[in-house]
Amino acid sequence: MTESAQRQHMVYAYAVLRPTAEAARAVATLRGVADEQVGLVETGDLAAAVGPVPAQEFEEGALRAGLEELPRLEALARGHHGVVAGLAPLGAVLPLRLATVYRDEDRVRRVLQERRDQFLPLLERLAGHVEWGVKVYTDPTGFSTADAAATADAAGGEEALSPGRAYLAARRRRRRGAEEAWHTAARTAARIAEEAGGLAVGRVAHRPQRGELAQMAGGGTVDGTKHGGGPADAGNPGGGTAGRGKPGGEAAGGSSVVPGGETAGAGKPGGENIANDAYLVPADRAEEFRSRVLAAAEGRPGVRVEVTGPWAPYSFALPPEPAARREPV
Amino acid sequence: MSGALDEEDARALAGREVALIDLLDRLLQGGVVLAGDLVLSIADVDLVRIDLRAVIAPVDAGHPAPPLP
Repeated sequence: MTESAQRQHMVYAYAVLRPTAEAARAVATLRGVADEQVGLVETGDLAAAVGPVPAQEFEEGALRAGLEELPRLEALARGHHGVVAGLAPLGAVLPLRLATVYRDEDRVRRVLQERRDQFLPLLERLAGHVEWGVKVYTDPTGFSTADAAATADAAGGEEALSPGRAYLAARRRRRRGAEEAWHTAARTAARIAEEAGGLAVGRVAHRPQRGELAQMAGGGTVDGTKHGGGPADAGNPGGGTAGRGKPGGEAAGGSSVVPGGETAGAGKPGGENIANDAYLVPADRAEEFRSRVLAAAEGRPGVRVEVTGPWAPYSFALPPEPAARREPV
Repeated sequence: MSGALDEEDARALAGREVALIDLLDRLLQGGVVLAGDLVLSIADVDLVRIDLRAVIAPVDAGHPAPPLP
């Protein structure tokens, strides 16, 4: 690169991998975050998939500013993922974190050399493995049925109560129902984790999903068990922020498809995400993993399970750090 | 995988339709963090955590936890 070309472009790095002929052919088909042609930077037995990106968009200030805007962040994330996912079928790829940008290719080479002793064992460990995401939600729809039954049982004893006491009793019952729903979901989550753990070689707990983006993500309906629709006002057992946002919005509607995701349990979206785990699974057990995890959630009211993937091993691209926190299941 | 992937296949593999939040869990908490002559890595972008916190609650420096042995 000439001096002026260096100033106009920077190098966006996507992943570390082996510099094979296959890898070279694969990157040749890929375009990156700036719609640029992706290529390999090689040094000995390691390579990085990189692409030249416009400096005015990717220098520090512009990048920081861009990352604060959701549409820009989304475009960057999807562009990055597009390259990583395009390389994942090669079998061993170390995805880099979003927005890893260098001034030139020489600096990428230097990092590959400096970190070689870390990258090679990691590539070895991840080769032939895929990542699955397993998310467990409480399911308000499933529990409304049980709640309704409990209401019917208790109704006889409440005829003697004043309206105020009856109201309070009903409220207590609802709260107990919500707690019960959460505990049942937590037990199911533990069961699923056990089932999944038996087939996986690694597990990483991500923080449960909250907020608007989580509302957009949950949903879809696959071969779930059927539950009768209970009273619409049965309440959200989660009761947390996950219950707000877009109730029954189109984005999370029952007819929508969860791309790359399958759900089991009651077929309605909603509820609180109580577990958001990633599992590293040998590729030859990938389908077995998915079906067994979904089966572990079958016939369990009050719980919805979503399996996403297979992913490139994003969640396992870090060397273990004993100090890191683990979410309780 | 053969090298016969055309651009269409590559785009399809890219799984553009995965949920953004699942993607951000992985891209902001996972992936190898490089240092050195790095211009910028998202690990340093505190502003993202602040301004997008309401939308992307999971962004958290304490994650991800280590894989199980």
